[in-house]
Amino acid sequence: MTQSYLELRQKTRERDRSLRDKVMSLEEAAKLVDNGASVALGGCTASRTPMAMLWALVRAQKQGLVVSRSIMSTEGDILYASGLSQHVITSWFSQGIVWGVSKVMRAYTESKRATFEEWSHMAMGLRYRAGAMGVPFMPMRSMMGSGVVDRAPGAKTMECPFTGEQLLLVPALNPDVALIHVQRCDAYGNAQLDGLTFMDIDIAMAANKVILTTERIVSNEQMRRHPDQTKIGFFTVDAVVEVPFGSAPHECYGLYEPFYSHMDLYAQMTAKDPDKGAADYLARFYHEPKDWADYLSRIGMAELLDAQRRGSGIYDD
Amino acid sequence: MTTEPVRTTPALAAVPAYTASELLGVMSARLLKDGQTVFAGVGIPLLAAILAQKTHAPGLTILFEGGVIGPFVEAGKLPPSTNEQRCTRRANMLVSITEVLLMLQRGYVDVGFMGGAQIDRYGNLNSSFIGDADNPKIRLPGTGGGNDIASLADMIVAMKHEKRRFVEKVDFITSPGFIEGGDSRAKAGLPAGGMFRVVTDLGIMGFDAQTRAMTVVALHPGVTPQAIKDNTGFDLPVPSDVPVTEVPSDVELAILRELDPARLYTA
Repeated sequence: MTQSYLELRQKTRERDRSLRDKVMSLEEAAKLVDNGASVALGGCTASRTPMAMLWALVRAQKQGLVVSRSIMSTEGDILYASGLSQHVITSWFSQGIVWGVSKVMRAYTESKRATFEEWSHMAMGLRYRAGAMGVPFMPMRSMMGSGVVDRAPGAKTMECPFTGEQLLLVPALNPDVALIHVQRCDAYGNAQLDGLTFMDIDIAMAANKVILTTERIVSNEQMRRHPDQTKIGFFTVDAVVEVPFGSAPHECYGLYEPFYSHMDLYAQMTAKDPDKGAADYLARFYHEPKDWADYLSRIGMAELLDAQRRGSGIYDD
Repeated sequence: MTTEPVRTTPALAAVPAYTASELLGVMSARLLKDGQTVFAGVGIPLLAAILAQKTHAPGLTILFEGGVIGPFVEAGKLPPSTNEQRCTRRANMLVSITEVLLMLQRGYVDVGFMGGAQIDRYGNLNSSFIGDADNPKIRLPGTGGGNDIASLADMIVAMKHEKRRFVEKVDFITSPGFIEGGDSRAKAGLPAGGMFRVVTDLGIMGFDAQTRAMTVVALHPGVTPQAIKDNTGFDLPVPSDVPVTEVPSDVELAILRELDPARLYTA
């Protein structure tokens, strides 16, 4: 599972890490993700989810992805129901606590059509961190004594060579591709993140390929004015796609909050018959729209403006 | 957001009307001390921590799993999880998820505070599987940071007191309590932290210093020892001189209702 160090370095050496224009369309970026790839998603729960990129991968009919994320919300359901992935690796998986346990997640996992591989939240973070550091594992002090550790493939305990204590080792996660949505970046992939960064910086460093979607592309000059604000460096990034409202119906810090009515609609559609509900949702919002703007139109202008008003309200204090 | 209809407790003579969740919120808020650092999950733990801030513990520092240190969450704008911008209001510092979880490991957190779906005699919590893990009746959302918090901090758990939730042995240990009692927790590789209190709508439970089995430390007003035993799936000792908690005050209830006017978490 853990990639060999020399292989990891070789893959990095083969990438064009130069300061070059990487701007492309969602459809072009989707071609950078191979069937069966391991894919890490940035953000957490209903925040800065790379929804537009997942939308494009569903429409490109990608298959067999192994997808990891700190916490999965509705995008996890979409992964299963669309056929993009039958295997997710995460610490928590449901739409969100106020909507209860995800019916789609339950339907797929309980019928064994899909796997939900569970690790603790810190384990997810340290697996990406190990990947970002170029070491094969990280030691940690949780998960031991629980049932979670018995079902987490690759986790091992060891006696600390310095203190004799028992520690848990979690294997590095170096995904083939990371999908990360940001507030702004330049054409080269220098990205600034506002607010919560979740595990995104480690994910970008750990991955062998990074696709950024961004609310807007700004000039490289703006980055050079405030280089301390660049959180993801151009040298890790392979594609840049400008997608306004690219996390909808989830939130993007400082720009829009979750589209609550739409999240309610999703919960209602999947409550009674999760399979049919998810299929209907995918048809209406993933397959039928002619483009991303049409997707947003189908969610609705009133929803979008409300989410934006609430989102930008963070700066009112 | 989805809201359930507001359920009100039938008004009893001389007892103020409050919901079971409000009772949980008030009773667990009282356990937090001024100056502490509390790692709070969303829902009742979040509400209780804010209530404590607004009453006896203005210097309480709240940590959220999303990477938030010391926020003041605004009344009426409760976050849907601990990972949205609403959690960050007037925070002192924002860090990555991994960093805030590592603060638990480093020892900067006094109290971990979360809800629970199923708990057993030794305070082990299950939020992963109902039934056999290989063939679950219900796949639950999983640990999130629950396992990390329970492994690394002194824990307060707030949950409804029902027989199906208080079981002899949890179906699956998602977040470890005292595992099999005695020193089994330390032997499993968890020398620090452990269960401190379980707060329910019937009473407050602690854990025996030696056996590490759950025991009642206080009953809420109007709750008999028999009632709490009847709602527990294992033998739960109630001391003969068990104290009774004070009913939630009008001030405490008013603050909770102002915080959660839509009754997202207190219905």
